[in-house]
Amino acid sequence: MKFSIYRYNPDTDSRPKMQEYDLEIPEGSDMMLLDALVMLKDKDPSLTFRRACREGICGSDGMNINGKNGLACITPLSKLGKKVTIRPLPGLPVVRDLVVDMAQFYRQYEKVKPYLQNRNEPPARERLQSPEDRAKLDGLYECILCACCSTSCPSFWWNPDKFVGPAGLLQAYRFLADSRDTEKDARLADLDDAYSVFRCRGIMNCVSVCPKGLNPTKAIGHVRSMLLSRGV
Amino acid sequence: MVTTVTSLGRSGLHDWVIQRLSAIVMALFTFYLIWFFASNPHINYELWNAFFSSTLVKGFGILTIILMSLHIWVGMWIVSTDYLKPLSIRLIFQALLVIYCLAIIFWGIQIFWGV
Ligand code: SF4
Ligand code: SF4
Ligand code: FES
Repeated sequence: MKFSIYRYNPDTDSRPKMQEYDLEIPEGSDMMLLDALVMLKDKDPSLTFRRACREGICGSDGMNINGKNGLACITPLSKLGKKVTIRPLPGLPVVRDLVVDMAQFYRQYEKVKPYLQNRNEPPARERLQSPEDRAKLDGLYECILCACCSTSCPSFWWNPDKFVGPAGLLQAYRFLADSRDTEKDARLADLDDAYSVFRCRGIMNCVSVCPKGLNPTKAIGHVRSMLLSRGV
Repeated sequence: MVTTVTSLGRSGLHDWVIQRLSAIVMALFTFYLIWFFASNPHINYELWNAFFSSTLVKGFGILTIILMSLHIWVGMWIVSTDYLKPLSIRLIFQALLVIYCLAIIFWGIQIFWGV
């Protein structure tokens, strides 16, 4: 199987290049792309990428695979055709090869205050929530912050410092939708500018790449309606 | 919260609402014009003049012109903040944009009111 992989080491290379690799894949095996990358790294230890859990939980091996963002560890080689082209996630600074600097992505995540805020006196044990209210968080809390969505979003490419991006907005809504959070109004006030939410143009690249099958566009729609009903 | 100076509305929500409201009014005026042309296949100067002399059409036309300018402002402002990265070029573009939109408003009012 043929691989074409983006290589760049800022310390020694003047510009990035694509390097070709050939790999024997045992007949009948259904490996994941990450397994193939590990085998390639055995042959060429300078090849650099991130991974940890190797089962789609940690979110560290997001990369651009044949033009579409995804997690290498849960992408079967059998789905990729004869030749695989791998690049780092688009739009973020490259640290080395497939490793990108996620600082901008995390900064947007931090901006939405992704933690429960409640001004009321804490009860003796814990803040309770009805099963119905808990169900409202389904499809929101599962995000693993792999950045596949935000780095596939043109609005995030153009304004990564101002547009919160699909991953951050999904979490913004996760806390707006939480019955135990008392800071809805302050949260919404923070989002009501021309960029944070409203730069979303509904292109839905985020939905098409999310490896966890989440729907940031829908969450963004809910945030927008909340802003609208707060504004009138 | 990101602060902006040259945008039309004071919040993202303002811009968003202006964009959608103006789109609706522009569509209505377009349909109204289409209806006028469709119901008058043999158009001549008298018909044309009579149509645009009515206060309803004047008011509707002026409203549409104003909202269209605001629509252009919001839309082009977004395009400029997406694609024009050097601040100087972006500011010059936005200044010209504002002048253009105001000019359309005044010119449009003159034309509609002058019939
Ligand atoms: S929403 Fe999906 S694609 Fe985006 S960061 Fe979360 S898990 Fe990754
Ligand atoms: S729907 Fe919005 S957040 Fe998702 S990719 Fe498109 S512009 Fe970005
Ligand atoms: S290695 Fe953890 S998500 Fe792929």
